[in-house]
Amino acid sequence: MESASSPGPTVRLYETASQVPPAQTPVTSKAPPDSTTSVVVHPGVLDTELMTFEIVKWEWQYVQGPYLIVVWIMVASLAKILFHLSYKVTKIVPESCLLIMLGLGLGGIVLAATNKPEYQLDPNLFFLFLLPPIVLDSGYFMPSRLFFDNFGAIMMFAVIGTVWNSFTTGFALWGIKMSGLMSDKVDAGLMDFLLFGSLISAVDPVAVLAVFEEVHVNETLFIIVFGESLLNDAVTVVLYKVFNSFVEMGTINVHPVDYFKGIASFFVVSVGGTIVGLFFAFALALISRFTKRVRIIEPLFVFLLVYLAYLTAEMLSLSSILAVTFCGLCCKKYVEANISQKSRTTVKYTMKTLASIAETIIFMFLGISAVDTSKWIWDTALVLFTLLFILVFRAIGVILQAWVLNQFRIYPLDKIDQVVMSYGGLRGAVAFALVILLNGAKVKAKDYFVATTITVVFFTVIFQGLTIKPLVKWLKVKRADQHKPTINEEIHERAFDHILAAVEDIAGQSGYHHWRDKWEHFDKRYLSQLLMRKSAYRIKDDIWDVYHKLNVRDAISYVDQGGHVLSSAKMSLASMPSRTSFSENSVTNLIRENGSGVCLDLQVIDTVRSIRDREDTVMHHVLTGNLYKPRKRFHSNYSRHFISANEQERQECEVFQRNMRRRLESFKSTKHNVYPTKSKARHKRDKSQKKKNNDANDTIPNGKPRRNISWQNPAPIAVEIESEDEENDNSETEKDEGITFVARAADEVFQERTPSSNLDVCQSPCVIPPSPTCAEKELPWKGRQGDLPACVSSETTKIVPLDMQQAWNQSISSLESLASPPITEIQLQPTLAELDEFPSPGPTPLHLARFQFPDSTLTTQHNSDDESPDSIQQQELQPLVSYERPSWLGQSASSAGTRWPVQFNRASRVSLLKNLVSGSTSNLGGQSSSSQTDL
Amino acid sequence: MGSRASTLLRDEEIEEIKKETGFSHSQITRLYSRFTSLDKGENGTLSREDFQRIPELAINPLGDRIINAFFSDGEDQVNFRAFMRTLAHFRPIEDNEKGKDPSSSEPLNSRNNKLLFAFRLYDLDKDDKISREELLQVLRMMVGVNISDEQLGSIADRTIQEADQDGDSAISFPEFVKVLEKVDVEQKMSIRFLH
Repeated sequence: MESASSPGPTVRLYETASQVPPAQTPVTSKAPPDSTTSVVVHPGVLDTELMTFEIVKWEWQYVQGPYLIVVWIMVASLAKILFHLSYKVTKIVPESCLLIMLGLGLGGIVLAATNKPEYQLDPNLFFLFLLPPIVLDSGYFMPSRLFFDNFGAIMMFAVIGTVWNSFTTGFALWGIKMSGLMSDKVDAGLMDFLLFGSLISAVDPVAVLAVFEEVHVNETLFIIVFGESLLNDAVTVVLYKVFNSFVEMGTINVHPVDYFKGIASFFVVSVGGTIVGLFFAFALALISRFTKRVRIIEPLFVFLLVYLAYLTAEMLSLSSILAVTFCGLCCKKYVEANISQKSRTTVKYTMKTLASIAETIIFMFLGISAVDTSKWIWDTALVLFTLLFILVFRAIGVILQAWVLNQFRIYPLDKIDQVVMSYGGLRGAVAFALVILLNGAKVKAKDYFVATTITVVFFTVIFQGLTIKPLVKWLKVKRADQHKPTINEEIHERAFDHILAAVEDIAGQSGYHHWRDKWEHFDKRYLSQLLMRKSAYRIKDDIWDVYHKLNVRDAISYVDQGGHVLSSAKMSLASMPSRTSFSENSVTNLIRENGSGVCLDLQVIDTVRSIRDREDTVMHHVLTGNLYKPRKRFHSNYSRHFISANEQERQECEVFQRNMRRRLESFKSTKHNVYPTKSKARHKRDKSQKKKNNDANDTIPNGKPRRNISWQNPAPIAVEIESEDEENDNSETEKDEGITFVARAADEVFQERTPSSNLDVCQSPCVIPPSPTCAEKELPWKGRQGDLPACVSSETTKIVPLDMQQAWNQSISSLESLASPPITEIQLQPTLAELDEFPSPGPTPLHLARFQFPDSTLTTQHNSDDESPDSIQQQELQPLVSYERPSWLGQSASSAGTRWPVQFNRASRVSLLKNLVSGSTSNLGGQSSSSQTDL
Repeated sequence: MGSRASTLLRDEEIEEIKKETGFSHSQITRLYSRFTSLDKGENGTLSREDFQRIPELAINPLGDRIINAFFSDGEDQVNFRAFMRTLAHFRPIEDNEKGKDPSSSEPLNSRNNKLLFAFRLYDLDKDDKISREELLQVLRMMVGVNISDEQLGSIADRTIQEADQDGDSAISFPEFVKVLEKVDVEQKMSIRFLH
């Protein structure tokens, strides 16, 4: 339709052009006289000269191909949206059915409009472009453990089951033909029927996936049916090729040796395809190990190499489906470990999108193709008997094989499983493409076979697809319990594996667990080391992965919810900004504008207690506690080759750690109704403040009910501070040692610095107990105002949640090389290590971030170190705060008061860092400016 | 059973073991030959050293814990009867056992007993609780040296927090059962013993 109208405008242009010349001669007469000669010599010039400049041109021919493809994909995708608008429909009818119906409808329209069938499902298109994404998707996301756990069953059904189905169907149809039940016009011999049997018997991965994904049977059942449908490709292809060549050679020319060749080719095709897949999987894993600097093309490599595997296998006429399946299955572990989180997401989404599009197009084109009646010749007997046979023989095959398998399985496939497996043998587009590929000259009954295949495909996809859900429900098939993985399950199941392997060893049998254990050992010792990036290998562990995933998921879901916990005490800070929200920007801007120089001047807390100052104090603490750390200036990302994810990641880290902490607190308190035990000093403080905070308690606009409001509220911010410092350490919910810091060690540094800082206001005797530098700790921002943002920033860069370290390591390495001067960190690190106040000064700067006290003895020791100045300070601070507090400010000020000691220590660290930074910057001259501008 | 150096197994003993553990006759004789081949001291019992001689067990991260599970308190020898009792935990639950009358004692390979076996691997001090320390030890064995103590610690904390219901910061057996209620323990803690 579109193609018919397309030449229209172009033609018209030419027509006018040809008519114009006489009329135009006067116009062009001003042109150089040789224009006429040029017309003769260069006809092209004639056009341009004769036609005036065209503002627009109709270039349909030029874009036709891609345009149609895009339009088709559009239609298919829109159809999907349409289907899913109605939940009721998609709940009952599988999407594949709907798509076929749509295809039928569209095909009818196209047929009616153009009077010739268009847009058939072209086998080449199908095998080269539509099938690979689907197979890749299923191979890559195949649960490998489950797959190999059931490998025996899958192989059995894929190989023996398919051979069984082909031969029985072929022979039985031939028998029907011999008995005369079939029309004489079906001109086919035994070989033709065997050929037909081979293509019609293969369970189709696309159809199975489309239906079973919506049914949610238990995973064992699913993996067996689905694995079978993937792996039987090798068998189908071999049988198809063998019989096809036999038919084309003519039955008389087939020698017995050819049968053996056929059997040999099965092994070559399947093993060869697998080897091709493994080879490319290895190459892909190896390549992904070295993409550290060019993250942006990581996802591309995945698709390139897998597609290469597919094409290579096709080129060598090996099983391409097997190649892609095994390539995806085997490379995943290493590739996922090597590539960045972003790339992982990209790979996942791209793969799913491609597979989904391909699937949609396949089903739609199946529908459209069916409309083309010119290729059909219907024979009722053939169709009916084919349907009967594929159902019956599949059922018989499944029962026989299940019986054999059950001799070896720990948990047998019961009757219900067998019914679902028999019924789930859906045929699909592979069969259709294969039957279209038949050579009509050699296979005389091709048209009959086409009609039968289409009917069978439609019947299985539509009828069985529609009924399998009710059947599953009716038979009460064990469904997949879709629950989120828990860290407990991961750990304990790992333990189970080790136990089983050990028990097999003790019992002296080399069973499955024995070999799996051996393989894992080998993998860990050699393969992973070879194929994984060192940084990835170091932290690669399944348990760790699950933990990481759980945490990230929790954090993201929490942040997405908006994190309302924050807005305590009626702070009008808006809620915790979700990742995309605007408020975050505005508030950080506020800080940046405000704070680059003066940074919320709070020096006068202890001397002149004006309301404004107190407000500022509160504000400052709230901001430092709750906001993202001041960040480096936004880098505008115009580079095509690098995505500097660091800003975002760092923010997510902060959000994450803070939220995790808070969430766990509230989770724990609501769950157990147990107040976490706390250090004495804190407890005292709380008691003294409980009274003051009564009214605030009621006003927590927090979504979740908190039963322990009484302590939660006075220290809502303190909790946040801890969370910053402890890096989402869940354990520390019980104790508050997280807030013991470098106070003492910092003194030494401060003393060196004291003269340079303006201490005039801070020298108030009452607040400066034992150490003269205490004021520094309290009011670090007074020290060097200009430096503060830099210091905070340098501190910020070190705060990485432990479980984000993988991503962090990856990102920081690029960051270091690009943006920030590495010298700063190198200098910071040993100094802090000397101070030895950090529990875990590790070899990398990252460890600066770990204010985590896993070891309780260590923490108590720290407590004893820090407690005394703290508590003294506390006692002296407390009255000060309460004396002059106006009642309306009471709650917020007191909450700030609680936090002071905490904040002081933190602040001291900040200033310590600041000191170090300034030291290093002074050493390095130009660097201070760079760190400044970075903010 | 005592220390019987004989390599022969009396029929009545086989019957008793059969009754107790549910193993078949051929399985018992097969495992008995394995037992005697492990028994280097030829005194009818296995010592820890006998177990440790199994090469694969040496590389199994939980090998020592599993060996310990064979020995009851304070004993350093295990006889065939006890050996079989321990192995019986890993026998798959058969169909005819599911419908057994509840009055009879719980078979060794019940879900509960399987879980209890795993639980005791963690619970070193036998206080019927997996403490954070105990969990950390097992974790350390399983994940190797690549993951730092802090990271492991946070995993352990999360694990306990996830499972802990009564707020004692430890996992008791009921809590252990509860967190694994969705896991197909029957399948994941069973192996097929050769006949």
